Amino acid sequence: MSCDHSVDCGRRRLLVATSVAGGVAGIAAAIPFVASFAPSERAKSAGAPVEVDISKLAPGEMMTVEWRGKPVWIIHRTKEMLEGLEKLADKLADPDSKRPQQPDYAKNPYRSIKPEYMVAIGICTHLGCSPTEKFKAGAESGIDPSWPGGFLCPCHGSMFDLAGRVYKNMPAPDNLEVPPHVYLSDAKILIGEDKKGA
Amino acid sequence: MAAAEKYKSDGTRMGNLLEWLDARFPLMALWNDHLAKYYAPKNFNFWYFFGSLALLVLVIQIVTGVFLVMHYKPDASLNANGVPVAFASVEYIMRDVPWGWLIRYMHSTGASAFFIVVYLHMFRALLYGSYQKPRELIWIVGVLIFLVLMATAFFGYLLPWGQMSYWGAQVIVNLFSAIPFIGPDLAVWIRGDYVVGDATLNRFFSLHYLLPVLILPALVMIHLIALHEVGSNNPDGIEIKKKKDENGKPLDGIPFHPYYTVKDIVGVIAFLFFFAIVVFFMPEGGGYFLEANNFYPADPLKTPPHIAPVWYFTPFYSILRANTINFFWIDAKLWGVIFMGLGVVIFFFLPWLDKSPVKSIRYRGPLYKTALTIFVISFIILGYLGILPPTPGRTLVSQICTILYFAFFLLMPIYTSLDKCKPEPERVTG
Amino acid sequence: MKKLIIGLLMAPLMAFAAGEALHLDKAPDRSRDFAALQNGAKVFVNYCLNCHGASFFRYNKLKDIGLTEQQIKDNLMFTAEKIGEPMTIAMRAQEAKQWFGAAPPDLTVIARARASEFGSGADWLYTYLRGFYRDDSRPTGWNNTVFANVGMPHVLWELQGEQIMGPDHKLVLAKPGLLSPADYDALVADLVGFMVYMAEPTATFRKELGVVVLIYLAVLFVFAYALKREYWKDVH
Repeated sequence: MSCDHSVDCGRRRLLVATSVAGGVAGIAAAIPFVASFAPSERAKSAGAPVEVDISKLAPGEMMTVEWRGKPVWIIHRTKEMLEGLEKLADKLADPDSKRPQQPDYAKNPYRSIKPEYMVAIGICTHLGCSPTEKFKAGAESGIDPSWPGGFLCPCHGSMFDLAGRVYKNMPAPDNLEVPPHVYLSDAKILIGEDKKGA
Repeated sequence: MAAAEKYKSDGTRMGNLLEWLDARFPLMALWNDHLAKYYAPKNFNFWYFFGSLALLVLVIQIVTGVFLVMHYKPDASLNANGVPVAFASVEYIMRDVPWGWLIRYMHSTGASAFFIVVYLHMFRALLYGSYQKPRELIWIVGVLIFLVLMATAFFGYLLPWGQMSYWGAQVIVNLFSAIPFIGPDLAVWIRGDYVVGDATLNRFFSLHYLLPVLILPALVMIHLIALHEVGSNNPDGIEIKKKKDENGKPLDGIPFHPYYTVKDIVGVIAFLFFFAIVVFFMPEGGGYFLEANNFYPADPLKTPPHIAPVWYFTPFYSILRANTINFFWIDAKLWGVIFMGLGVVIFFFLPWLDKSPVKSIRYRGPLYKTALTIFVISFIILGYLGILPPTPGRTLVSQICTILYFAFFLLMPIYTSLDKCKPEPERVTG
Repeated sequence: MKKLIIGLLMAPLMAFAAGEALHLDKAPDRSRDFAALQNGAKVFVNYCLNCHGASFFRYNKLKDIGLTEQQIKDNLMFTAEKIGEPMTIAMRAQEAKQWFGAAPPDLTVIARARASEFGSGADWLYTYLRGFYRDDSRPTGWNNTVFANVGMPHVLWELQGEQIMGPDHKLVLAKPGLLSPADYDALVADLVGFMVYMAEPTATFRKELGVVVLIYLAVLFVFAYALKREYWKDVH
């Protein structure tokens, strides 16, 4: 800062020091107000990891649980379903799950920890509708005789396969998100957390 | 004010922006009229801090209030655990919302701080005759602000929906039922129910937001514009505009900015220091700022053994209770209400009750000094008695104090004209 | 005139003279003693949480008094599934009202609600929980020195034993309990300490932060005052 004779240097220094100290106080006072926008203890508790018992989930069926207010699908895929996934690569936008829509342990052809159990957040990556289950393959699905089974978003028609991967040229840009999850035992999945116990 | 000179850019980008703005909005004129070229007497003392502090507390209350509204729920119904939703939402703010406890304590402490500051601000006016000609309008608007402040505080006190909230509102609303003929219906109309209930809570919430966010800032602006039109009074009670230099600047005046801005900042920090002591170390304020009974959820079937309004209402509450006599054809209850109302309304007439040739206590005679001392003491005693449950002895004392309270105003034309005043100085004495 | 002024000065004294006093024992301060607070939490969960809820207090807050999530889940969490849930109870208010005549109140903030001019809420609770005595005229068989005709029976009687009201209005221990009087007082102190903590879990942090804020404001005051002096040296 220049300090010529037309201004009082001592006064200016004091003014700057006081302004800085007051500014710091002002910022500190703003912190509680800004922080109060963060999720409350109640929201955190409601959004805590969910334990799901999958022992009664039959092959070829899916169940929906709620985690952080969002539907989370658990799909018990049959052998045929899994085989069908491998043939789709050229029809999909991101067949190898290169985009970060899943934790590393689900970055594989089945997008899951155990191939037979798919866990995904059932929210379309386009504008947030929840896609409908269309597991029946072929003409019966009402979509297309070649339909191998998957999900169709009712809002804007985005289609996903049984690993939550989006088809090419759809409104939705990305595969469905895989939430963090972990197997507590063969029959129990904890959704919302990677590590056991924590 | 004189036709303002428009801002001329010094060629910098900031200067250009200012010139553009000032050509379209009276930026410099406002700045000069109210800060840089508003000449305030140079002899302001301690008592002159409370005006700017009142403004500060208003801002604190509005800011914290806006954030509290984001989490508070005005709902009298019981939640799954048998606790009223409104009460539970306050505890939710205190525990579950990040930093909610601090925002809430600032607001609850701010309510009491507002009245402390405003009472001291009003006392300053009594000390130095700041309500006298030509400042009558400033005073009237100030009393209006005080009234709106009381209404706001009253509405806000119901919101935590604790026992004191509930029964305080119950008692005060019932005052209106003392009004002849329409009283009982009026009380029902105010509550929107036969008792204080969900409808009452919701309308009080609405008004608690409307008054301070819309009405109070408007009144404060009128208060300040009127003040800056006639100029500030000072501890000597003489007009600094009477002695001007060759440029037309008052000899005893200094520009509000920077002199009083830097001085008021010192006052603000000192105030915040005491404010923080309460917020962080004694948020209940010894049971006066947050009353213990208000930690019980409202129970319409059970009145707590001692109910008293919050401390800032108690002087007027004592006046209400003091009257126990039926006279003329009106019963004691209605007289109590009338006296309480008059106790506030009478402040409006102060500029015309005071016949003194001087303003400041420094040059007034012994009569006014005595009257003011007695008035302040009786006001404090009334406030103190209002907290306590009544006994015959206390009622007698509060009756005496009520008489003294009104005597200060009603006898003022007499004792101020008889008083032996000292001569005022030509210039302020520092 | 003189009489009047004396009368005014005496008014506060006169006002104080009336009204009956409630004698409360001073509750020991446990706010910084985690072991005591943990013990108090255990007593609270085992003896109080059956009938009274603490519906604003979340189990995971117990981590702040030194417990681990696993300890809370294993030893204290009987009424909830998730660690972040509050201490609610299954008993419905309506049924409770039938059984006890009044629904047992939520106890989360009771330590603040019981404060009065006679002492803190902690003092009241400390005196109350040690003030039960046998009274056959009451439906529960119990009465209390600070809460006359209380609806709640003496839940901790096995620990304290049975007191009776002596002829000089002093409590006498007629039948000893599992704990000695000193141990019982310590247990109640821990319980009350926990209830004080529960009523405002942020209280300790609040005061710590307050010290920082006050120190900063004091420094800021020095700066601002120096600045004011600097400007005002021009004013004569």
